[in-house]
This record gives sequence, structure tokens and C-alpha cells, in this order.
Amino acid sequence: MNMLSKEYIIPAVRASFQKLNPLTLRKNPVMLIVEICAFITTFYFTKSIVSGGNFYLTLHVTVWLWFTVVFSNFAEALAEIKGKAKAESLKSTKSQLKATRVASGGREESVSASILKKNDIVIVKQGEIIPGDGDIIEGTALVDESAITGESAPVIRESGGDRCGVTGGTKLLSGIIKIRIAVNEGESFLDSMIKMVESAKRQKSPNEIAMDILLVSLTVLFIVVVITLPAFAGYMNITISIPVLVALLVCLMPTTIGGLLPAIGIAGMDRVLQHNVIAMSGRAIEAAGDVNVVLLDKTGTITLGNRMASEFIPSDNIDRIDLMQASMYASLADETPEGRSIVVLAKKELGIHGRDIRQPDGSTFVPFTPESAMSGINMNGTEVRKGSMQAIEGVVAAKGLKVPEAVYNAVDSVSMAGDTPLVVIRGVSVLGVIRLKDIVKSGIAAKIAQLRKIGIKSIMITGDTHLTAASIAAEAGLDDFVAQAKPESKLQIIRKFQQQGNMVAMIGDGTNDAPALAQADVAVAMNAGTQAAREAANMIDLDSSPTKLLDIVEIGKEILITRGALTTFSISNDIAKYFAIIPAIFAVQYPGLNVLNIMNLGSAESAVLSAVIFNALIIPALIPVALKGVNYSVTSVSALLRRNLLIYGFGGIVIPFAGIKIIDIILAMLKVSL
Amino acid sequence: MKRIYSGEKTFITPIIRPIETGLYKLSGIDESSEMNWKTYGIAFTLFTFTGIAVLFLIQLLQNLLPFNPQGFAGVKWDSALNTAISFATNTNWQGYGGENTMSYFTQMIGLTVQNFLSAGAGMAAGVALIRGFMRKESETIGNFWVDLSRSVLYILFPLSILTSVILMSQGVVQSFQQYITAETLEGGRQLIPLGPAASQIATKQLGTNGGGFFSVNSAYPFENPTFISNLMENISILIIPIGFVFMFGSMINNKKQGRAIFLTMTLLFLAGLAIMLWSENSINPVINDSGIAYTHNMEGKETRFGVMWSALWSQSTTATSNGSVNSMHDSYMPLSGMVQLFNMGIGEVIYGGAGVGFAGFIFYIILSMFIAGLMVGRTPEFLGKKLGPREMTISVTALLLPMITAVLLSAIAVSSESGLSGLNNKSAHGLSEILYAYFSTAGNNGSAFAGLNSNTLFYNLTLSAALLAGRFATVIPALAIAGSLAVKKTVPDSSASFPTTGILFIVIVSGVIIIMGALTFFPVITLGPFLEHLFMKQGVLF
Repeated sequence: MNMLSKEYIIPAVRASFQKLNPLTLRKNPVMLIVEICAFITTFYFTKSIVSGGNFYLTLHVTVWLWFTVVFSNFAEALAEIKGKAKAESLKSTKSQLKATRVASGGREESVSASILKKNDIVIVKQGEIIPGDGDIIEGTALVDESAITGESAPVIRESGGDRCGVTGGTKLLSGIIKIRIAVNEGESFLDSMIKMVESAKRQKSPNEIAMDILLVSLTVLFIVVVITLPAFAGYMNITISIPVLVALLVCLMPTTIGGLLPAIGIAGMDRVLQHNVIAMSGRAIEAAGDVNVVLLDKTGTITLGNRMASEFIPSDNIDRIDLMQASMYASLADETPEGRSIVVLAKKELGIHGRDIRQPDGSTFVPFTPESAMSGINMNGTEVRKGSMQAIEGVVAAKGLKVPEAVYNAVDSVSMAGDTPLVVIRGVSVLGVIRLKDIVKSGIAAKIAQLRKIGIKSIMITGDTHLTAASIAAEAGLDDFVAQAKPESKLQIIRKFQQQGNMVAMIGDGTNDAPALAQADVAVAMNAGTQAAREAANMIDLDSSPTKLLDIVEIGKEILITRGALTTFSISNDIAKYFAIIPAIFAVQYPGLNVLNIMNLGSAESAVLSAVIFNALIIPALIPVALKGVNYSVTSVSALLRRNLLIYGFGGIVIPFAGIKIIDIILAMLKVSL
Repeated sequence: MKRIYSGEKTFITPIIRPIETGLYKLSGIDESSEMNWKTYGIAFTLFTFTGIAVLFLIQLLQNLLPFNPQGFAGVKWDSALNTAISFATNTNWQGYGGENTMSYFTQMIGLTVQNFLSAGAGMAAGVALIRGFMRKESETIGNFWVDLSRSVLYILFPLSILTSVILMSQGVVQSFQQYITAETLEGGRQLIPLGPAASQIATKQLGTNGGGFFSVNSAYPFENPTFISNLMENISILIIPIGFVFMFGSMINNKKQGRAIFLTMTLLFLAGLAIMLWSENSINPVINDSGIAYTHNMEGKETRFGVMWSALWSQSTTATSNGSVNSMHDSYMPLSGMVQLFNMGIGEVIYGGAGVGFAGFIFYIILSMFIAGLMVGRTPEFLGKKLGPREMTISVTALLLPMITAVLLSAIAVSSESGLSGLNNKSAHGLSEILYAYFSTAGNNGSAFAGLNSNTLFYNLTLSAALLAGRFATVIPALAIAGSLAVKKTVPDSSASFPTTGILFIVIVSGVIIIMGALTFFPVITLGPFLEHLFMKQGVLF
């Protein structure tokens, strides 16, 4: 979206004038002082009109000081506007909601959604909007969550298990469900989302507070420098007019960063929102930038979540094609992802792409049961089965036979590699082994490598055996793994790392993740997860995508980098401003000091004005940087620092020299009377 | 030094340990009990103010006390107060001339004792700060009385005995006799002041005190007679501040960090020295035009030291908060004056005062790490300690308060009658003199541009204010930050935090120091030393 389109600009301009109210500006001390300075010069301007005398310089300085404040307000307004629009639409959704509540006697009544309380039971029918956050206690639903996530693909939610959570404001596409409302009015997800996007309720993060302290102290220092200047100047027989002193003060104060600071925070929040993540506070996002250990679930995060067939290993004297065909037929009716992957692989290896494989005539499918631990097909009187080694061993042993040595070897080698072996049998002859492999998601290895580059350790948690875990960990390039983990081991691991002083992030969905989520420094719950998990987390990923954590870390870092970079830039700028203003003030009395006028600015007045104009214009010029964030390309930390120092530190020293000179030339060309 | 502060054995332990334990028994101090930062701070404050009170009374009553062969009267109250504060804050600003005012008793029991104690107290504060980095999740930062005793007994005392012996061998006087009246060759009579100088001089250099026994300080032959004594004294100026930096590295088990800090300081030190040497070796057009054969600026310098050794001393004494002089800073070239002002203005952190200079440097590091940390996208940290709003508040207070005090008081001085009346020189040079006085006191340096008569009620009082601000605004924040860091967990080092031992660190920290200094002092330095430099080029002198 283009932030500079008309629909954003006009309301932002309006808001930037509304924000001139000193009571609103109170939150931003640096800008409040600039506004006070603007009032002072306005007063002097009015006074010099009344008393006569040259008021042009005062007039120009006054105008540009007001612009400085307006520009800063504009940056903030522009950053807020998107969030506000979203909040408005969410609010309108909320106000119209109706709910069908099941009263104590089982009677159904229609009430406004806003009076729903925790533990109320509501019924939602097809096509209705879900009135509040809660867990499905009955039924299965297809839910359109686009109102909140912006994703058009509907999601399935069902009672029981880890995917029972629904969010108020989303639409039920099919099914009838009963929901137990999980939160009181004003605490729901919709409410917290509205609160979040309305920046007024935004709390400052500790980093922002520290930053404010630095900026205010620098301001105080510069106020002292400027206030004492007339004394030193007076001793040297120089007089300095109040408007010029005020101009010097405003130029020295860290107005660039002071003006853009609120915008950086709000825009960061907004960028998180664009990634479909709701953060409960700005603090949580910034904490994400500090994370140095990330706990990742194996299933669904690192691997696709399902094992896939990757190889057919025939037994001695068995034709490979025979094994493949038998495996394929045995899996035709198997709707599990594993089953389907066997069919896909067999078709590919047999070269029968595209052709529809039909169930052979007169055959019947045997579905998987936990007791038999096998599934397969009966065709032409023979039983084809696939199943675990133990199950097949049982079958073979029952017939007084033995599993061939080659199959044992194959099973061992597959297990050794951390994969799962599936044994195929036809009648009494063991045909061979199918290797089921955990498939590592494409791109995850690259993401993990990125994490390592920026100093974040990634640790996989899995209930699998050590062997399986080790193989996946090696393939995805993880730093460490914890195998055979129980639900409570997550909590222990997080505690252990925190004890060592690490910041730990985790992503989770299940109820059994809730304690660990509550313990983690950065906890992302998937929107599809249970209410308990969502409450324990400090961020919610609306797409329920486990790799989202990495994006959040990046945004957290970008916010901090932007703040640091613009502060450096702002402070470095002062050097050039001194070189513009100090000779302008002193050289009248001591022409020798003109050697400091290294920019060779036209006149004393134009020097002061150029510095003030540069100081004002640099704010809107940097709005894009503040809103988009300083690009965080993943390289080594030192390289990143070197780059930012060069651009914002060294650049911050050099750029204003050029900028002020150019403005001075333009002023001369325009023949502005001063 | 690390071993001393942690109470481990060293080669001098057998001799000193009995004295140390005896002292604790006598004053009822429990060696093993530790203090939190507030108690530590209160102990420091009480100690300093007791020192001020004692010294003040000694001076007022010196005519009633022994060892006063010249029969000096009691010192005037404002001067006595100024001197008392000055010595107790490890500054040793001297508004008086030592040999014309102070009795031997005052010099020895009053001033020399404070030379040890104030330096020891500063070192204790520095050690406490280091403990803040060493400890994790701890409320306490050490015991002030123990740290103080160890600083004095194990470090300052032995080192100064060693130094005094060497200095005496070079001809520094150590005598309780009356001043000698000598017949000069021309037949005139000259009063030659004597006194127990060697012992005071050793500590004045080691403890970055700087208060001379005689008013012209180490330029005086009885204080600093030979090239070797000069070298010796110059080394002693630097040895403890530099030692502190390395001790820090050793105590936090990160010697590279100590080295990086040392290199940063050395870089700034050499930069200042280079400007000074260049400036002193350039030609003053006025004197050159007057026909005197002239290649460099020797005005105000002792021929036995020359430009090189005078400039080195001058850079050392202003960069550390020592403040003793072997040449007259007033007569340096204007741009050298600028370097001296800068060294003191930034708060005496290039090596710095004993203990406290290191603390001041830590504040700059915290400021630098805050910005650098943000620029790599992390909550700022240094040595595994996260830096939050509290550390920021403390650091900026510590950095800015002395600077602001110095600038404000200078402004008051240049705009008030009583301030201007002390000036011997006009215009830009006069401004430099006033600035120098306040920068020197707020930085707890103590050296002076001669040419300003500061022994007046106005200067004694305002300079005292600057002295107290400089001392307490450094030490108390240092303790506060130590307390706040000690409580924190230590985050293990990872590649996510950028290395604080490399060139990048040196560049950033020195950059921050230079820019902070430049931003604060640009206007006054332009009007003072820089303008004077321009005047000199045009042939105008003051």
C-alpha cells in the first residue's frame, strides 16, 4: 500500500494540525519545547511588527519552527492512520453483533454480543458471525477469519483437541456449533486488537523510555548551552537576538529523532500487524529483537508435520516394481498423508503419472485399526498389508515363518537414519520396506541459518526418538534438539535457558503449551490454538504459521535499529549546524571567525535560516525511513553496525553540510529578504 | 591490584595485613560484611564531608597547631573551605600559594593525608563499579571502608614511599626547617622556602591529586628538580588510572576489554598530545616579529624540560584529573589551551582520576553502547548487562551535571562584577582563564591557568560548588549504576551482541566522547581559545 496516496495524506495533514495542542504534545517533550520556542519567536515577531524594525528573519524562523512541529505531528499521524482505519472497521463489526445464548434452562435467547460473559454458552449457525472468543464445545465448523486475518481461505475448527478456539468477529461458513465464551466483555481478542491499533493506549517500551531520557537530557544540555551563550557573548561584546538564540536551540535539540520517535514505534506495530500478528504490547515486539534462543516444535514448524514415503527397499528376490505396485494398492484407500504419499511416490517411480488408478475389481480395503497396526487391501484372495515391523512380525510368526534377514537389515538402516520403516507383506511373503521420511519444510534451513547469523540459537523440541530428532536437526541445520520431550519439558527447557540469562521465544498452540508460553519472554500463540494458549502468549499469529516467529524477530530488530540510526543521525547533524550558526552570530564582531564558515554561506541571516529550514525539512524527508524501518539485512552484527554507522553517523555529519549549503543557495536565488 | 581488592595474598600482604586488621578492629569494621550501593554511597559521602570538616578546622586553627616555623596565621574561611573541599574531592585546586600560606602541619596532617584518603575513596568507588559488572543478581557491591583501606594501605602507600625515595634522591626537599634566607650573587636577599615536600609530591601524582607543595607546583625546582624526577612524576600521574583499566579487564575476566578501553583512551590522549605539540612548535608571529630567535613556544616552560616534556606533562595532567603542572598552562598556545579545556571538560575520562576517571569513562561507554546496541537491533547491553532507562538516567546525569555546572558557573563569572575582577587578562584569553578554572574544578582536575586571581570570596565559593558537583555527580552515579548492574543477570555473550573489544568499539566510544564534548563546548571554545588563536595570527596578544 502506498502511504503517500491521497486517502492517507489528507487526514494526516488535518491530524498534524490538531496535534499542535500542547496537551497532546506533552507526550513528546522534545517537540513540546520546539512548540514553546515557536511561541517565543511568534511573540518577538509580533513585537517587532508593532515596534517597527526588521522582522523578516524572525518571521521566517517562526514559520519554519511551526513547520518543524507540524512535520513531526504529520509523521505520527501518518503512522497512526492505518491502524485507526482498522480499529474503526473492527469496532463497527463489534457493535452490530448479536448472539444466541443458551440460558440456564436450555432455553435459547437472542442477546447483544456485548453483554456476553465468561462461561456463557452460545449457539452459532451457518452464516452467522461468531459473537465472542471461546472454545467450541460441540460441533465442527468451517470459519472464515478474513475479517481479522485478511486471509480468504476458510479454516476448520472443531470441539476437543487443540483447534477448538474461535475468535469473535469471524464468520461461520458451515456447521452449527456451541461455543463456551472464554472472556468477559472488554477483554476479548477484538477488544485487545482495537486497543492495540489505537495508538493512544500504546505504552512506551523500556527502550523508548531510555531513549526519551537521553533526548530530554540532551535537550537540557543544549538549553544550558544556549542560555549561557549571551553571557559569554556579552563578555566579548557580542549581542545575540532572542529569535536567533531560539533558532540555535531548536537546531541543536534532537528534533529529528524526537519528531520521528512516536512514528517509529507505531509503524513497527503496524508492520507486525501486516504480517498478521497481533502483539499485546510494543514491548513484546521489541523483546523479540532481543531473543537469543528460539524453541521450535518439530512437527509443523520444521517438518511438514507428516511423514512422506521417500524410498522403496525390496527384500531379497523381490522385484522392486512388484513392491511398488503392492504398496500402491495397499495405500489406495488410505487417506492419511502417509498413505497418499506412498501412492504419489509409487506412481512417480512407476511412471504412471496422471492416469487414474482404480480400485481393482472384487477387492476390499482393510482400514487401519490401532489393534492390528496395519492397513491394506484384499484382492484376488491375497491379503496385502503394510504396517509396523512388530505388526508384520506378528503376522509372519503366526504362520510359523520368519522375516527375511534382508528386511531386518533394511528396517534397521531406515531407523538408524532417523526415518520410519513401513513393512509390506503380501500373503506370507514379506516384499520389502517403505521408508517414511519426515520432510523438512523447504526454506526452513535457510531461515535457521539466518537466525544463527544474527546470533539466535534454534532448538527443536520433539517427542520423537533421539535418532529421528538428530537426523531432522542435522538436515534443518538446528543448533540443538531435545528428543523424547514430554509436554512439561518445554517449561523446564525455557527455565533453564532463562536462568543462563537468555531471552527465549517459543511458538505454540496446544493447551499443554500454555505454561511454557507464559514462561517464555516472547510467546507466540497460533490463532487456531486453544484459548489457554492464546491467553498465555503475548502475541498471536493469525495465520497460525510457525515460522512467523522469525519475521517478528526481524521487525523487533528493525524498530530498534531505526531508533538508534535516527538518533545517531540527529546528533551528528548538530556539528554542521554549529558551523552554520556560530560564525553567523560571532563573525559580525570578530570577522576572523569567518574561517569557521566553511560552507561559505551567503549572510549571517541566511545561515541561521538555512539551518532552521534544514532542521525542519529533514523530518518529512526521513518519514519513509521511520515508517518502513531501516532495512535489516542479515549479515554479521559488526557488518550491520559498520554499515549503519557509516550511513547514519558519518552521513549524519556530512549530509547537513550539503543540505544547508543548498538551502542557502536557493534562498539567495529566490532573493528572500531577510 | 585485582588480588588486593579481592583480599587475596600479594607480596606485601605480610607487612600490611596486620596494620589492616588492626585498623578494622580499632574502628569496629566487619571486613566480611558487604554494603549495597546506598550504604556505600552514604559511607563515601560521610567520609568526604568529615574530611572537609577536619581540613577546614586545621587550616583555620593552624596558628595554634605545631610545626609552623614561619608562624603563618589561620587561613581565611572561604579559602580554607575551598581548599578543604578541593583536597577532599581529590581535586587539589589551589587558590593559595602553598609556601606563603600553609604551615608544615597543615601540609602534612591536613593536605597530604587527604591526598591519600581522597584518592583512596575515589579508587574504592571505581572498584565498587567494577564489582557491578562482575556480580550477578547480587544486592551488594563491597565494603567502602575495606576498599578504602586497601587502596591506601596496599597501593598508594607503598608506591608513594618508593616514589618519594627516588624523588629525594633527585633533590626534592623533605625538611621541617625554617625557610632559608640566602645571599644571592648579586648581593640581594632571597627567601628559599623548604618543607616536607617529597612525601606530599609522591601522593599528589599517584593519587591524581595534583596539589603542589609550592605554588608553582612541579615547575618548582624543589618539587621537580631534574629530568629523571620529571619522568618519574609523569609516570606516577598515569600509573594508577591506567592500572585501573587493566584491573577492570582482569577482574571481569576479559582482559581484551581492558585493553580496548586502554586503547580508546590512548587514542584520545595521543590525539590531544599531537595537537598540543603541533601548536607549541608553531611560531607565535608576535614574538617572531619582535626579532627574538624563536622556533617554538618556550614561554612559561622550564628549560630543563623543554616543549616535548612540558606538553606531555600538560596532556597527562589534564587528561587524568591530576592537575599538577610542570609548566604554566596560561602561557601555552591558544590551541593547546583548547585541548586542555577539552580534556577537563569531558569529565576527566582519558585515563582519568584514580578510580573515578574510569567510572566517568564507563558512563561514556554506556551511552555509546546504548546507541550502538540499538543500531544492531538489540536492547543495549554492555558486558552482558542490559542497559535500561535506569542506567541511562544515571549515566547522562553523571556526564551532563558537571558539564552543565561548569558552563553555568563560567557564565555567571563572566557576567558578574566579582567574577571579572579576578581577571588579569582581557578578552578571549580572559574567557579561557575563567573557563579553565571551572572546567578544572568541575572535572576535579585542580590545575589552573595562572592569570586568574581566584582567591576571592566569589571564586572560592563558586569553585567549591563546581568541586562538589564534579565529585559527587561522578561517584554517586557510579555507585548507583554499580548497584543497579549488580542486581541484573548477566546475559551470555553471543554473536548477536557486537564485540566490544575491537576497533569498532574504539571508534564508537571515542566518537561519542568527541561529539559530546564538541556539542557542549563548541560555542565557548570558539569564543575563548579559538578566537585567541585567530587574534594571535593577526598579531594581537593579551
